[in-house]
Amino acid sequence: MSRQANRGTESKKMNSELFTLTYGALVTQLCKDYENDEDVNKQLDKMGYNIGVRLIEDFLARSNVGRCHDFRETADVIAKVAFKMYLGITPSVTNWSPAGDEFSLILENNPLVDFVELPDNHSGLIYSNLLCGVLRGALEMVQMAIDVKFVQDTLKGDNVTEIRLKFIKRIEENLPAGEE
Amino acid sequence: MNRQEMADEALFQLLHTEIVSYVYKSAEQGEMESGRCVTKLENMGFRVGQGLIERFTKDTARFKDELDVMKFICKDFWTSVFKKQIDNLRTNHQGIYVLQDNKFRLLTQMSAGKQYLEHAPKYLAFTCGIVRGALSNLGIKSIVTVEVTAMPACKFQVMIQKM
Repeated sequence: MSRQANRGTESKKMNSELFTLTYGALVTQLCKDYENDEDVNKQLDKMGYNIGVRLIEDFLARSNVGRCHDFRETADVIAKVAFKMYLGITPSVTNWSPAGDEFSLILENNPLVDFVELPDNHSGLIYSNLLCGVLRGALEMVQMAIDVKFVQDTLKGDNVTEIRLKFIKRIEENLPAGEE
Repeated sequence: MNRQEMADEALFQLLHTEIVSYVYKSAEQGEMESGRCVTKLENMGFRVGQGLIERFTKDTARFKDELDVMKFICKDFWTSVFKKQIDNLRTNHQGIYVLQDNKFRLLTQMSAGKQYLEHAPKYLAFTCGIVRGALSNLGIKSIVTVEVTAMPACKFQVMIQKM
């Protein structure tokens, strides 16, 4: 018992510069490995997805967040709990679609891009595209299929960074035969 | 709030794992020989090490000598990056240093013993690069290798290259 309690309180915070720089090294490497930006974006999204499907477990175990009842609640949890926990920022949730199936996350400062300047010849690169994959992968593990993309990016001269999330459908649970 | 301390460890560890698997996957597809994977990871780490040391040393006094630099790497640098100090530093006073970490952060989740030992080098190459990059920006050219006999302990060997 005491060991478990101990594990919970252990600080999980670390130097964010290490994360930022490591991510930068990855993007740099991908730009060398692939000929066009489109492929780099795809690869970043794929890697993000792989991270997301694992990160959700860590998140659920540590945050005590239960099942969300609607997409609005999901949006709140993502912005106020998850982003806070993993990146130390709290994006604002805005631009709800009338149907309530689409919203935007506005990031005032994106820790992934701390020391970054995009060279002119990479105009198609979505530098932080990993985040889209992470969100998609994590939500897929809690039965939500969503579409995620960047619609504004400070790296490209926009005033803010905006990630658009669109709810597509609920993934039906396929329980293995013989289980309730 | 201090921005520096705000990232979460789980995120870094997962990112690191993805990077390792990406590099090895591209090797499987025949895009390069697998021997070059370690070099590739090491080079990525090198850039990160260079960047980190620049930021960590901007307020520290000038180092007295090589040993002073190594002590800084073992204490302050290791604590900032891996949240603990190096457990043991040894040197032959002729340019070889052995840094031993008994509970290396990137290995603790993986195994406590000999299981998966053959995969350990993949997960250490990046860190070797970080150390080499950090030293390089302090004016010390080196070769950094690593040895693991049982996880999660490992020994980094730093060979200083005389210029």
